[in-house]
Amino acid sequence: MTDTQWPVWEVFVQANPGIPHKHVGNVHAADAEMAIQNARDVYTRRSEGISIWVVPANAISASSPEDQGAFFEPSNDKPYRHPTFYKIPEGVKYL
Amino acid sequence: MTIQEAKFQYLLRLGDSSLIIGHRLSEWCGSGPILEEDIALINIALDFVGNATAILGYAATVEGNGRTEDDLAFLRGEREFRNLLITEQPNGDYAATITRQFLYDVYTYYLYEALKSSKDETIAALAEKSHKEITYHLRHTTEWMYRLGDGTAESHERMQNAMNDLWMFTGEMFDMDEVDALLIKEGIAPDLNAIKEKWEAHVKPVIAEATLQIPSYNFKQKGSREGKHSEHLGFLLAEMQSVHRSFPGAKW
Repeated sequence: MTDTQWPVWEVFVQANPGIPHKHVGNVHAADAEMAIQNARDVYTRRSEGISIWVVPANAISASSPEDQGAFFEPSNDKPYRHPTFYKIPEGVKYL
Repeated sequence: MTIQEAKFQYLLRLGDSSLIIGHRLSEWCGSGPILEEDIALINIALDFVGNATAILGYAATVEGNGRTEDDLAFLRGEREFRNLLITEQPNGDYAATITRQFLYDVYTYYLYEALKSSKDETIAALAEKSHKEITYHLRHTTEWMYRLGDGTAESHERMQNAMNDLWMFTGEMFDMDEVDALLIKEGIAPDLNAIKEKWEAHVKPVIAEATLQIPSYNFKQKGSREGKHSEHLGFLLAEMQSVHRSFPGAKW
């Protein structure tokens, strides 16, 4: 049976100026303007944020689970990559 | 007629329209064509009911007889309601709901924009808040006008039928009487002729872009200002008021 649903758009919402947009879910929509409106209606009912990005789901490329070993495990035993040898000043929340 | 009486009538007109169209939109709850559109309509319905609560609450205060917004909303009969006829028209199909909403949204956009400068501070503050909500409603319904009007053959036909049915309710929005004249003089209400010009200039290009025709008939329905409503309001109120009337004095 053919899927007659509209394309899926992934939704990212920015809570406050300057901090990263966070993935909150997805919506169906026929085009970008409706995707933005649908995201606003579904994901910002409770003052979640001040900015919305929508991205067609098929524009997102993702790593596959089989790659996890080769991609991510090698960085586990390289402590020199972490800035653990000095203190981060207080008040610098988003460093 | 005193200024106070005129203000009370004027606030009923604003508040009743919001209440009735808010109720109509709430009838879509759970039955929207898709999830996202269902939520969108309900958000818009909630905006209207919130606006009605504030306006009818202020109306009750202005009346000064000890009534509350609940008394006004749930204990009046059709002949006492002052909502515009367009707001009580049935939802019909989605084309009818969108067309009705668009024609009304353009009206409230310019009306509330003007009310932001009302000499009555409460009205001005309410208008300031509501206008932001209305701006979003208008954006939403405009996009659907384009997509349904300039969509498939079926959506286009349904939209044109809706436009043919609803256009006759767009004259009443701009009629003025003694209430308006008194409040315009006090700087509390705007001149609806100015609103009408903006409405026509805004509505016509959108309808054209949606590849729809404006009906050629000149007849416009009226009567809501005197409490003369279409056959639909009675049924709507029976449903809307039934819980309140069944349990008098009940509280959440």
